[in-house]
Amino acid sequence: MSTDSTSVLAHHYDTMEQQQGSARLGMWLFLVTEVLFFGGIFVAYTAYRIWYPEAFLAASAKLNVLIAGINSLLLLTSSLTITFAIHASHEGKQADLRRWLLVTIALAIAFLGFKSREYYNDYREHLIPGKMFYSVPEGEKHTPAQEFEEKGVNPHHVQLFFMFYYCMTGLHVLHMIVGIGLIAWLYILAKRNYFHHPDRYVYVEVTSLYWHFVDMMWFFLVALLYVAGSRQHFEWHL
Amino acid sequence: MFIANIPLLPERGCEQAAQVDYLFYFISAVTGAGTALVFVLLAFMCSRYRKQREGEQTPRILGSHKLEIFWSAVPLVLFLVMFAWGVVVFDQGFDVPSEAPEIFVVGKQWMWKIQHPNGVREINEMHLLINQPVKVTLISEDVIHCYGIPAFRDKIDVLPNRYVTTWYQPNKAGKYQLYCDQLCGVGHSQMIGWIHVMEKDDYDLWYNGKRPKIDDGPTDGSLAWEGRKLFLKLQCASCHSAKGRAPILEGLYGSTVPLRGGGTVKVNDGYIRESILLPMAKVHEGWAPIMPTFANQLADKSLDLTQEEALIRLIAYIKTLGPGQTPTRTDKFPAPIGAETDPSKLGEKK
Amino acid sequence: MSTMSALHTHGGHAAPLAGAAPSDNYLTDGYTWKSWLLTVDHKRIGLLYLVSVTAFFMIGMAAAGLIRYNLVTPSGMLTPDQYNKVFTAHGIVMVFLFLVPVVPGVLGNFLIPITIGARDLAFPRLNLLSWYLYMAGAFCACWALLSGGVDTGWTLYPPYSTRSQTNVAPVAIGIFIAGFSSILTGLNIVVTVHRMRAPGMTWFRLPLFVWAMYATSLIMLLATPVLAVTVVLLAVERIAQVGIFDPALGGDPLLFQHMFWFYSHPAVYIMILPGMGIISEVITCFSRKNIFGYKAIAWSSVGIAVVGFLVWGHHMFVAGQGYYSALVFSLLSMFVAVPSAIKVFNWTATLYKGSISFQAPMLYALGFIALFTIGGVTGLFLSTLGTDRHLHDTYFVIAHFHFTMVGGMVMAYFAGIHFWWPKITGKMYSDFWSRIAAILMCVGFFMTFIPQFVLGYLGMPRRYHAYPPEFAVLNVLSSAGSTVLGLGYLFPFTYLIHSLFYGKPAGDNPWGATGLEWRTTSPPPTQNFHHTLVSTEMPYEYSLPNAPKPTFSYATASGEPVKEEKANVH
Repeated sequence: MSTDSTSVLAHHYDTMEQQQGSARLGMWLFLVTEVLFFGGIFVAYTAYRIWYPEAFLAASAKLNVLIAGINSLLLLTSSLTITFAIHASHEGKQADLRRWLLVTIALAIAFLGFKSREYYNDYREHLIPGKMFYSVPEGEKHTPAQEFEEKGVNPHHVQLFFMFYYCMTGLHVLHMIVGIGLIAWLYILAKRNYFHHPDRYVYVEVTSLYWHFVDMMWFFLVALLYVAGSRQHFEWHL
Repeated sequence: MFIANIPLLPERGCEQAAQVDYLFYFISAVTGAGTALVFVLLAFMCSRYRKQREGEQTPRILGSHKLEIFWSAVPLVLFLVMFAWGVVVFDQGFDVPSEAPEIFVVGKQWMWKIQHPNGVREINEMHLLINQPVKVTLISEDVIHCYGIPAFRDKIDVLPNRYVTTWYQPNKAGKYQLYCDQLCGVGHSQMIGWIHVMEKDDYDLWYNGKRPKIDDGPTDGSLAWEGRKLFLKLQCASCHSAKGRAPILEGLYGSTVPLRGGGTVKVNDGYIRESILLPMAKVHEGWAPIMPTFANQLADKSLDLTQEEALIRLIAYIKTLGPGQTPTRTDKFPAPIGAETDPSKLGEKK
Repeated sequence: MSTMSALHTHGGHAAPLAGAAPSDNYLTDGYTWKSWLLTVDHKRIGLLYLVSVTAFFMIGMAAAGLIRYNLVTPSGMLTPDQYNKVFTAHGIVMVFLFLVPVVPGVLGNFLIPITIGARDLAFPRLNLLSWYLYMAGAFCACWALLSGGVDTGWTLYPPYSTRSQTNVAPVAIGIFIAGFSSILTGLNIVVTVHRMRAPGMTWFRLPLFVWAMYATSLIMLLATPVLAVTVVLLAVERIAQVGIFDPALGGDPLLFQHMFWFYSHPAVYIMILPGMGIISEVITCFSRKNIFGYKAIAWSSVGIAVVGFLVWGHHMFVAGQGYYSALVFSLLSMFVAVPSAIKVFNWTATLYKGSISFQAPMLYALGFIALFTIGGVTGLFLSTLGTDRHLHDTYFVIAHFHFTMVGGMVMAYFAGIHFWWPKITGKMYSDFWSRIAAILMCVGFFMTFIPQFVLGYLGMPRRYHAYPPEFAVLNVLSSAGSTVLGLGYLFPFTYLIHSLFYGKPAGDNPWGATGLEWRTTSPPPTQNFHHTLVSTEMPYEYSLPNAPKPTFSYATASGEPVKEEKANVH
């Protein structure tokens, strides 16, 4: 225990181990609650997927696998870079820490950029439950509802799929924005030499735990929504 | 049972009510004894061991494994007995006699519409013949309701888009309260009515005052008869006939059919209803998914017919379809039973 | 603060540091608005909760009063629409804004660090955030309920809640926000209990209140997120008008019920477990005996929490969930009843050969045991399939859960408030009026809710604005009882506030209770203790020769000499 530690030890803790251990346990417990939060909507989705397999498979085929793939790579890489940031902080290397935090933020913003493009495409194709589903998109001849009906698939159930798609990916996007905010805050603190005390690396670590969780949730979304089954037609464009 | 004019137990309208009551008495006895034991012990301890002197010594008793096990095991055993007996009583609600006539009930904000198989329609009242088992199939037009009859000790949530069934065999004539037991809006507490259980003579009097006796086949005015009218009006036979565009419906009810895309389904009320409203959901194997939905064509205000009521009639008709009975032409509509069919006698004043 | 050097304390109380001012406690440590609204002191946050929770309790009580007022006559005194909105408000306010947060927020916050020998909770700023989230959610929900109202019942069942023309979305959002307060408080407590116990405070030396709060916090952590996602989906469905639970689009209203009750059943254990913890503390102190079966009670708290997650379907026996599901849920519900029974027997056994005194905390505790027992056993009628088909959605259910939540939890809460009031405020309240209030509450409660069991078996449905005339007498009895009950609730409000100004100083350990909180001053200093304590003994050692002695006597406090009591041969 370095003599510096007493200045970073909060008043209600007795030792640094206690403080760091509490931070870790707290974040793990929070992530457990997040598992249950997402788990709730996953269970609801799964129930409908079992009841309406055809509609859900047909709807899933309309999702853009290329963008999902790119986003997966971006997010996975960002989990790597934030781990580098922890290491830098542990070693007391301030410049490295700041750099890796920035790279992580950049990758996350890129993810959001591709996601926005994907949402925009969905909007253009009128794949939005409600009135838009029954109106003809520009440059097309049929409404999405008609398209699915022609394939022999219930358009109501397809809209249910898209409700889940927007809710699940939307919740994920919200969590990413919060994550970006947290990492940005770490960057600001790093600029203020907050991490000059190596003991404080634990805060980068617990933020990275959150970030890894967001990453993991993304892969669950890919598995559940994007690759719902064999498909004859891939959406393979940007 | 009344005490000083305050009712304590509801009437029993059927044998199941008595079964529920016996179970209730058992649980009351066990829990009453347990509660009384706790109360007596508390009172005894508080009085016997009240503080006599400041700072008096008490024995250092930490616990007893034997007692812990005892008062965990005994309650558990008693609770499991309650569970088992409860299952036995609960099961009785599922033993619907297969030949029981079926009454349809449609719940909507804020009334109950009861449809007897012979076509009699009631609102908020259900007349039943004593000792006759009757199957009740219920559905809601809008939100969740609940069909509750305390005298039968029975209630069942009535859901939209899904048939639920229960059954009664009343054994005591009388007038029993009917309630809606699931909050459904402003009129929830107005959605009440009466179950009239009648002896045979009274029942026949009521029944025959409404409709002629039943023959073979759809009787004029019965649910199936009305369903036939709808079947013709909606031109179902243009596909569901020998023309080969859609499966023949004769004898289909009750069978199990394979589905396009795998799996099978039992052709019951729910499947027929779903096929009319959402034809794409479960398509019979070997047929193309071309049936349009009839969701917007069923209700008819001029006939005072809601969508669910129309569906009930269609289903009642389809159930009766035997071999060779699919109507082939829609331009010839058979006259109602009892009506004049001799064209020379049909009065057309020129 | 030195770390490992410690003062071994058994009985008696820790002397304050030489030189510390006698009025140096957490209440006097700053008088500005900021020092209260931006505090990170768990004790002050506990008081913030106390004030806000009391305010919402009063709103909920007012709604309850209107309900009983309406039911005084068979045709109803309010309009049906008003009535629907009133009982919805009563349910939402009482469940989400009172029963769930009250003990974790008030007594949990205040006591947990002190009872385990810590200086604060693990995350003090998160604790303050919890309170602000609670207030934000509460304001959002109350705005929704009071301006226009919500008429779906606190259970918010679709499809009615999707189509109702009332403020369902804002109230759902309010519940969502308040839910986060619950989650974060639970998180704080779990980490605190794991990481911040004083040296020597092993798990099996923890007071049972802490065990109870720990089990409660596990439930808060795990169950609340499911409610969060459920109300989010409901709000989305309402705002976007596209169905997830709406059958018109192939949605399933039963899915909502499953998701809702997956939280709301464990939620009732969130509400009752802390109360059970309080009772363990009070019964031992006022019978001067060790708790009978410490480990049994500790493990039964965790057992209730775990098994409580497996029984939600017993709210849906007649909802259409399927025969085998119903069977499984009924069977599991029988198992969850056993730990509660164990506790009742253990508390009763604790009284055996004790030295029992009957101040207000003890009267509330005894009332709890009596009323909770009735509430608990009536649950068996509902978890038994055969009887539930008759009793579901009738007044029997209402009577059952009011016996457990009001006769149980609220009584336990009052027991706790009366037990720890001297510690929290440093003042003693009127012994006479506090006993009167306890008795009044018990009597009023009985009068209000016993008739409802009868009404339920007769078949009177819940949430009925008007009812058939043959139920009139029982309803009038119930409403009459509710006025007595309401009167009972007013008493503590008056004499407790009175004690703040005119109460006698309580001293460190007025009740002579064990527990680390009684070894510091009343009120405690901001840092809780003047020394770091080491725990060396099990809790509730009232029978040992060095057991703490009550330092407060009403007799001496009023200035009259203590009468010589006759020695009694045991």
